Amino acid sequence: MTEKLHEFVEKLKAENASWVVDVNDAHGEVTVVVPRESIVDVCWVLKTKHGFDMLADLCGADRGPEEDPRFEVNYHVFSTKHYNRLRLKVLLSEVDPNVTTVTTVWKTANWHERETYDLFGVIFDGHPDLRRILLPSDFDGHALRKDYPLRGYEPYSMN
Amino acid sequence: MGLENTLFESLPDVVTVKLDAVVNWARKSSLWPATFGLACCAIEMMNTVSARNDLSRFGAETFRASPRQSDVMIVSGRVSRKMAPVLRRIYDQMPEPKWVISMGACATSGGVFDNYAIVQGVDKVVPVDVYVPGCPPRPEMLVHAITMLQEKIMKESVKDRRDTFEPESRLSVVPGTLPVTEGTALERETEVEVAQNEVSRPYTIPSRHERRRSS
Repeated sequence: MTEKLHEFVEKLKAENASWVVDVNDAHGEVTVVVPRESIVDVCWVLKTKHGFDMLADLCGADRGPEEDPRFEVNYHVFSTKHYNRLRLKVLLSEVDPNVTTVTTVWKTANWHERETYDLFGVIFDGHPDLRRILLPSDFDGHALRKDYPLRGYEPYSMN
Repeated sequence: MGLENTLFESLPDVVTVKLDAVVNWARKSSLWPATFGLACCAIEMMNTVSARNDLSRFGAETFRASPRQSDVMIVSGRVSRKMAPVLRRIYDQMPEPKWVISMGACATSGGVFDNYAIVQGVDKVVPVDVYVPGCPPRPEMLVHAITMLQEKIMKESVKDRRDTFEPESRLSVVPGTLPVTEGTALERETEVEVAQNEVSRPYTIPSRHERRRSS
């Protein structure tokens, strides 16, 4: 079942060998780790040439403050023509959590990237409107990081 | 049948009643809720209004969308920190007399959500009269809450509900920080003094019936 997906990975490697840093195949899902400079190019190629026309999800993950590439951003792309899913993963370190936005490729990435910025602090360069979307605008901190306490810092007061 | 045949003949033409009794009877019998249906408890509130458990038999005839035309605010659902100022603003727009029913575990105490985003109990934002536990509470429980609120209204005094005067309402105080007061008319002096001593805060306007110290 995943042979078709590995074909797409081979095609990506044929375009540019540096685009595919790592491939992970587990539970019927294929994950491709992409360096962060080339994520937009990979997305363009997948969308235009290979038919991955839908960005199903864009989410971040925090591996924990001790890991070196601390944050990861997962792009779940879906092809309505071939009915296949592929995951692209970009690893970001804590000191420089910047990655280029893919809103030029898929417009739906706008709100997903805002959510990732809101909850993790990953900054998307070139995003048209990067601001908080779920938490209140004056919220201090990024709530889904592993070192943010579950109950927050202060109980709610009306001031 | 009917009271005209049985009872009213024996009564005199003019009947003297206590003012409190008549006013409170009128107020409790036509409690029009302003729905603040936020989450899952709103579904049970809809159930309470629908045909099987009919809330309008207790006077809650119409659920007004506008807070300016409603008497009781039923906060049903979890209140997030982002929503709390909006909740307070809607509460402030309700004219006196007004009551609040906190429906469900999340409105009462934060419910299952003990985290950074949910206000742990809506009584940190508005003064609450009746708390209804449950997740969600059954419609019968909400009906019981309305009945309980009606009993509470019958025990009130008309003098309690005087609107705040203009100079007082300019000094905004966090709800629940007013001292607990006994009695009605004489307490106004001390309240103004306390309000003047505190730093004025932008959000809330003390309501005369906010007597309970909320946490």
